[in-house]
Amino acid sequence: MIQKGEDLLSGGAAASAPAEPGLVGRGLARLRGRRFLVANILLAPTTMWLVLFMVLPLLVVLVYSFGSRGAFGDVVLGFSLHNYAKVFSPLWFPIILRSFGFAAVATLLTLAMGYPLAYFIAMYGGRRKSLYLILIMLPFWTSYLIRTYSWIVILRSQGVVNTVLTSLGVINDPLNLLNTRFSVILGLTYGFLPFMTLPLYASLEKLDKSLIEAAQDLGASRLWTLLTVTVPLSLPGIVAGTLLVFIPAVGDFVTPDLLGGPDQTMIGNVIQSQFLSTRDWAYGSALSFSLMAILLVAILLYVRKVGAEELG
Amino acid sequence: MAKIDKDLRLLFVQEAERPLTRRMFLRRAGAAGLLVAGSGWLAACGGGGGDTTSTSTGGSSTTGGAGPTTTAAGPTTTRALDKQLNFYNWSDYIAEDTIPNFEKEFGVKVTYDNYSSNDTLLAKLQSGASGYDIIVPSDYMVTTMLGLGLLQQIDLANIPNVKNLYPRFREEPFDPGNKYSIPWQWGTTGIGYNTEKVPDFKPSWDMMWDAKYKGHITMLTEIRDIFAVALFRMGEDINTTDPAKIDKAKQMLIEQKSLLKHYTSDTYIDELASNDSWLSHGYSGDVFQAIGENDKVAYAIPDEGAVIWVDSMCVPKDAPHKYTAEVFMDYILRPDVGAAISNYVSYASPNQAAESLVSQEIRNDPGIYPSAEVSQRLQYIKELGDATQLYNAAYEEVKAA
Repeated sequence: MIQKGEDLLSGGAAASAPAEPGLVGRGLARLRGRRFLVANILLAPTTMWLVLFMVLPLLVVLVYSFGSRGAFGDVVLGFSLHNYAKVFSPLWFPIILRSFGFAAVATLLTLAMGYPLAYFIAMYGGRRKSLYLILIMLPFWTSYLIRTYSWIVILRSQGVVNTVLTSLGVINDPLNLLNTRFSVILGLTYGFLPFMTLPLYASLEKLDKSLIEAAQDLGASRLWTLLTVTVPLSLPGIVAGTLLVFIPAVGDFVTPDLLGGPDQTMIGNVIQSQFLSTRDWAYGSALSFSLMAILLVAILLYVRKVGAEELG
Repeated sequence: MAKIDKDLRLLFVQEAERPLTRRMFLRRAGAAGLLVAGSGWLAACGGGGGDTTSTSTGGSSTTGGAGPTTTAAGPTTTRALDKQLNFYNWSDYIAEDTIPNFEKEFGVKVTYDNYSSNDTLLAKLQSGASGYDIIVPSDYMVTTMLGLGLLQQIDLANIPNVKNLYPRFREEPFDPGNKYSIPWQWGTTGIGYNTEKVPDFKPSWDMMWDAKYKGHITMLTEIRDIFAVALFRMGEDINTTDPAKIDKAKQMLIEQKSLLKHYTSDTYIDELASNDSWLSHGYSGDVFQAIGENDKVAYAIPDEGAVIWVDSMCVPKDAPHKYTAEVFMDYILRPDVGAAISNYVSYASPNQAAESLVSQEIRNDPGIYPSAEVSQRLQYIKELGDATQLYNAAYEEVKAA
């Protein structure tokens, strides 16, 4: 099946890069020649998509970020760093910190709730696994906007929670739940929970159950088994889930806009207002780019710390 | 300026007798769409975000053959009506029979599309040939669009009914002599309040700084509108470019922040209606909508003065059917047509000749048709060009405070 030339190539590649596992080296080599061409043709639509809708727009944002605002909200191109100087003025520090804080708390909460849920479905779901998964994804059939709006109806002073508590006599005056830190973190946690649960499920599901049995046969308690066998083996799911929740949560603006008050402004709101209300696209671009850079560094540190163990 | 699309609110709010206004849903839906699109991974799961936008832009739209239908190259020279007119207006901002009657009388097919914010409109126009013949930007947006070279001059010879306008709408500061804009409807930005929860209400911006009502006060999100409130309270010109005054207004707004429930340009309607917000800085039409749902809500124009806004019909630079657009504007300025729109949407008509045809209920409402004395104290927000950045910078400090 494999032609001689390709075999030779693969041998060469494996030899020249001994650190690389043989399989990868062989795979790479196999891609050469016609298959390489086929692979490229198959990848072309995706590549074009990414270039057109990801790389080029990002370049536009980058170019804009060095410009300035025209008198009527147009973008005047140029090369100036004053937008970046404004971004890194102490003005936004509290808001950036708050965004990371809210996102971190929401990520931990989704992990705390998502892990048992995913564990239950993966281990004890049995024939109902698909049903449970559909139930998790069901809310996504409704737009995020409407789901967030529902929280307003639930939390407002004459909303569901307060009405029930008041009529049960638990409280006399309605609790102030909406437009608080609580409501924003609640909204983020609720909104992003499935992004945590699904990758966790995926990694727990394919976990080799005989390893758990082995641990218990060898005398480990259930808790010890969980901590030393199950959790480490599901680390890829934890890494994927935390990233999937944390990154969009940091930049979210709909949740703080709808559920937050004047003191819950997040960096996403600041960026949004540069594009919509002050129409300073150049500054907004600089803010976006800086946020991306900060996130990238944070993710690299995180993946290096946690992801290294996972790969090792 | 600022009204709401009902769609979403209908899901949550009691009844909807009033066939009013535009804005919120689309904005939010658009925002959700942005959010979804912006964070790539979410795209697959975001569900309706993007879709909803298109469903509620709805109305009766069949845009398409906008460009090619122009018969002659220079529409200004041909006096003949085109077969087609493309009208881009705020949602729920027209009477039901306004367009059908025009179509019947002039044999012109009108394509009617809706938007929900000045920003949407501007973005559409800036992205190139929109194909629209008439758009309806708010006052300051007219200045912005003129600054960006997006509008063309109107031939008033084709609009004799312009004489029907109140004098103040013939001499607007943003377009004296109606060279580029013909007013559609107008209103004010004042205070919506709950008569039961705020028994000591007096028509003053001071109410918005009353610590008794902490947590039940809302302010709009529009930067210039917020600063106008502080400047009115200080007794200053709301279009000042004096950094010291803007700074003082900024301090005042920072001081106010701890009393606020939040800044909102749309949800306050529901909040007023459900007794959650008791004092809301808001657009007249929005507050009337809340009044329609909760009779304890009232609207007041504060004594210190308030912002007046007017949405006006304009012709984009590349409009394919300019003459037809002018004929349509003239039709809108007929007394009966203008009054019918006001009767339907509950905003004041800029058409003086229409006044006697506007229903008593609307005409006698001082919130819609303020007295001559109150009218004296209404001021336009002017586009300040580069000086806008003074307000933007001050606002950022309020936001970050």
